[in-house]
Amino acid sequence: MKLILKIWRQENANSVGKIVSYEIDEISPDMSFLEMLDVLNEELMLKGIDPIAFDHDCREGICGSCSMFINGQAHGPDRYITTCQLHMRKFKDGDTIYIEPFRAKTFPVIKDLVVDRTAFDRIQHAGGYISVNTSGNTQDANTIPIEKANADQAFDAATCIGCGACVATCKNSSAMLYVSAKVSQFALLPQGKVEATDRVINMVKQMDEEGFGNCTNTGACEIECPKAISLDNIARMNRELVKAKFKK
Amino acid sequence: MNRVTYSLNYRKPRNQYNQNDELMICLRYFYKAFPKSKGKIIKKSTGIKCMLSDWNVNWHKQSDRSPIKSTAKDFLKKNKLLKSKVRNFKIYLSKLNTSPSSFSKSFLCSNVPVGPLANKWTKHKNNIRLVSPANKRSIDVIVVGTGLAGGSASATLAELGYNVKSFCFQDSPRRAHSIAAQGGINAAKNYQGDGDSVYRLFYDTVKGGDYRSRESNVYRLAEVSANIIDQCVAQGVPFAREYGGLLDNRSFGGVLVSRTFYAKGQTGQQLLLGAYSAMNRQIARGKIKMYNRHEMLDLVKVDGKARGIITRNLINGKLERHSAHAVVIASGGYGNLFFLSTNAMGSNVSATWKIHKKGAFFANPCFTQIHPTCIPVSGDYQSKLTLMSESLRNDGRIWVPKNLMDAKAIREGKKKPTDLAENERDYYLERRYPAFGNLVPRDVASRAAKERCDAGFGVNKTGEAVYLDFEAAIIRYGSEKVLLKGLDKNNLDLVKDLGREVIKSKYGNLFQMYEKIVDENPYHTPMMIYPAVHYTMGGVWVDYNLMTTIPGCFAIGEANFSDHGANRLGASALMQGLADGYFILPYTIGNYLADDIRTGQISTDLPEFEIAEESVRKKIESLLENNGSKTVDHFHKILGKIIWNKCGMSRNEKNLNEAIIEIQKLRKDFYNDIFVPGTNDSFNEPLAKALRVADFLELGELFAKDALERKESCGGHFREEYQTPEGEAMRDDKDFTFVSAWEYKGYPSKAKLHKEKLSYNNVELKTRSYK
Repeated sequence: MKLILKIWRQENANSVGKIVSYEIDEISPDMSFLEMLDVLNEELMLKGIDPIAFDHDCREGICGSCSMFINGQAHGPDRYITTCQLHMRKFKDGDTIYIEPFRAKTFPVIKDLVVDRTAFDRIQHAGGYISVNTSGNTQDANTIPIEKANADQAFDAATCIGCGACVATCKNSSAMLYVSAKVSQFALLPQGKVEATDRVINMVKQMDEEGFGNCTNTGACEIECPKAISLDNIARMNRELVKAKFKK
Repeated sequence: MNRVTYSLNYRKPRNQYNQNDELMICLRYFYKAFPKSKGKIIKKSTGIKCMLSDWNVNWHKQSDRSPIKSTAKDFLKKNKLLKSKVRNFKIYLSKLNTSPSSFSKSFLCSNVPVGPLANKWTKHKNNIRLVSPANKRSIDVIVVGTGLAGGSASATLAELGYNVKSFCFQDSPRRAHSIAAQGGINAAKNYQGDGDSVYRLFYDTVKGGDYRSRESNVYRLAEVSANIIDQCVAQGVPFAREYGGLLDNRSFGGVLVSRTFYAKGQTGQQLLLGAYSAMNRQIARGKIKMYNRHEMLDLVKVDGKARGIITRNLINGKLERHSAHAVVIASGGYGNLFFLSTNAMGSNVSATWKIHKKGAFFANPCFTQIHPTCIPVSGDYQSKLTLMSESLRNDGRIWVPKNLMDAKAIREGKKKPTDLAENERDYYLERRYPAFGNLVPRDVASRAAKERCDAGFGVNKTGEAVYLDFEAAIIRYGSEKVLLKGLDKNNLDLVKDLGREVIKSKYGNLFQMYEKIVDENPYHTPMMIYPAVHYTMGGVWVDYNLMTTIPGCFAIGEANFSDHGANRLGASALMQGLADGYFILPYTIGNYLADDIRTGQISTDLPEFEIAEESVRKKIESLLENNGSKTVDHFHKILGKIIWNKCGMSRNEKNLNEAIIEIQKLRKDFYNDIFVPGTNDSFNEPLAKALRVADFLELGELFAKDALERKESCGGHFREEYQTPEGEAMRDDKDFTFVSAWEYKGYPSKAKLHKEKLSYNNVELKTRSYK
């Protein structure tokens, strides 16, 4: 396959970026999208051009490192995948592909397609945990039976990989889906109920302080989420928040 | 304070000298390793004399720091000479301070407590020295890596009260590659009542490791395993549950009980996020200082003890010095030595290799796990391989066509696997190993697949793939569902549809992953799989306290060698990572740190830090200035091919000798012809990668050397010269029941072998049989 790539190039956080056009040939449809970029980078380096910087690590859709906006869609044109799981068979010979970083005020660009998502970590610091010591002197795991439906829902919420596709997709750059996934996971489990009030208040506060926008129920995040985290979680978080506000 | 200074060598009271007298200039180093220790002075004459009137008393206040005034004859030349003397003196000092003094007397003492196996850990915990909470506040610990081992260790150490500094090269600790572990975590809970116990988990692990692991460590691991599950459930890790609300289990390869806890095919993710949340709690309290996008590039030793590290900030290239009273390495395994592996792109050996070069012994480097169920290689551009969890072997049956003609037809696309009738298929694992069938350990399953493919039965274009078929399981589950729902059991389509739903609920994400990569629907056609590098049992040698041969430097998780012998059983890596991090290291590190309560903060101005930083800087500069013609991936790919072809699933003396020579040549080519673009002071991934590959090029040689020295077949290490007539591995317990621990001596080829004898008092050494 022969492709034209229009890629966002930006030297560092303070410089002005622009779209640069590259041509690439002999791309196999079985290649993954990132392998296609590897091939491009090898070519660029041998030509003396600075290779394109992008975040990637596990390349199997679970670490959440990769963060590309491809043809206007977070993680590209396929569903329930991350960029590293996107394969070139989704494109046609002669296609023009636009590749940009995840854009949000809260995700400043570090270089080219690499963005800084530490705001996500700071939200977790504000309450994304159950305050239990790691000494191992806890009760036997089976003394807390958990209804299977709740356990399964908690698991579904917990599969969030923290990639930021929801924020990049949202017109408000809202992180509600991300935050609500963690709040939901713990709200659905008896272990998490003890701290539920403080957790939801603190995490939402941190989210607002970081500058993420609010949710207007468009649902784009749910569609673009590689792990299909459901919008129900946002509803659950709102419920938890209202409950908490009454308690406080 | 700890600086090299110039001084004049007065031999009588100062007022008795004339301004015209000439005095010898000497170098002084006031040496005080820690604020509260007694200082000492090291002096060295320079052989250069200076007239008293030409001596610049305030030399240290001037920008050029020249001690001889411009009034003197030859002042430029002499000042220059003096500076070079200072440099040499610093190198001399560094050797003086880092010479192994404290550990040279007791090489490879594994410090295993005496007494019966089952009491060792309890007894050790009772006798171990403790650090009081007040003193913990003044002790710093560095943890490199934030996977299951590093993350859990950071959280627990911080919770105990130590000041922890954690480092990871990813943009967040949650992205460490433990996250990709799929199948599950073992624990001797015996919730299923199928006869499991601590002893049985211990026995299975020692046997699975082909009797090359340390008995006492493995027993301790089995002992604390049950606690891990309690701990993780308390943290809110959503394990799979049954309808009654209790935890569910499944079985894994190499064992006959169901002891594996899981969270669909994402167990590693859920456990890592559990450890990450425990870390977050401590980060919020200020007890962990987290350094994202930082890569450790050297270990700093002061007085022979590990006292800090040099890191590079991957965003701006800045080299930083970090000091601590102990350094914990939890940087994972070195599977990326093979270029293609199931490891993450960034996984590397650098942290462990750096400590090896500073004195930590590297144990059993050739023990590598080749995982039998990975998605086969599809082309030259491929950057990594994807694992399909071993849990799939619970329900999948592995086969190749019985006839070579059929295999050929399938390879050419003339036949489909579903065209072959039951009697045209060779379920070779069930045939060769009736007792364990498809659930034989990984090393056995991998070799059996290779044997079939080498004999020409491979089923994809490259001839390197076998089938993993779920048809039987789909029908089995479907029939159960049909009965439960009271539907027509003769309607095969309905049975299959219901069966597929059950399979989907068990392995949904894995099937989806497979479909995305291969573009085939595994619910309807068998998966194609082939073995790939997955885990490294070898690693840094540690004693019972998980301390390396460098005092104060610890290694945990996959980075150390201790628990899996020559082959790791499925679902044991997560268990070991969390056991080391949550429950073992936090105890044993206190035993070492008890000596450090009076040490006080360690200064990063010590010359040891300066020298280490300087050598890292030089290495980076030399790579950037090299201006060769080949990129780093070029060399990494060649290295991977050498290792896979000559030191991979089966090895022989001739190939291993060739590999050593080829790697030595490749290393030379690398330094002659590497091209690294860009600068140091920016986000420069090729540079970071070049630094990692430089270390792989050294490790690779030691890897081959170790495989050459181990003249037996055991676990993942299969030497063609040592096999039974049926092609099974032949162990040599008489001569090789030991751990090979290599000491660095300047070059990998000069590495010195130390042996830790392994003794088995609680299990009988037997030939592994899964027949």
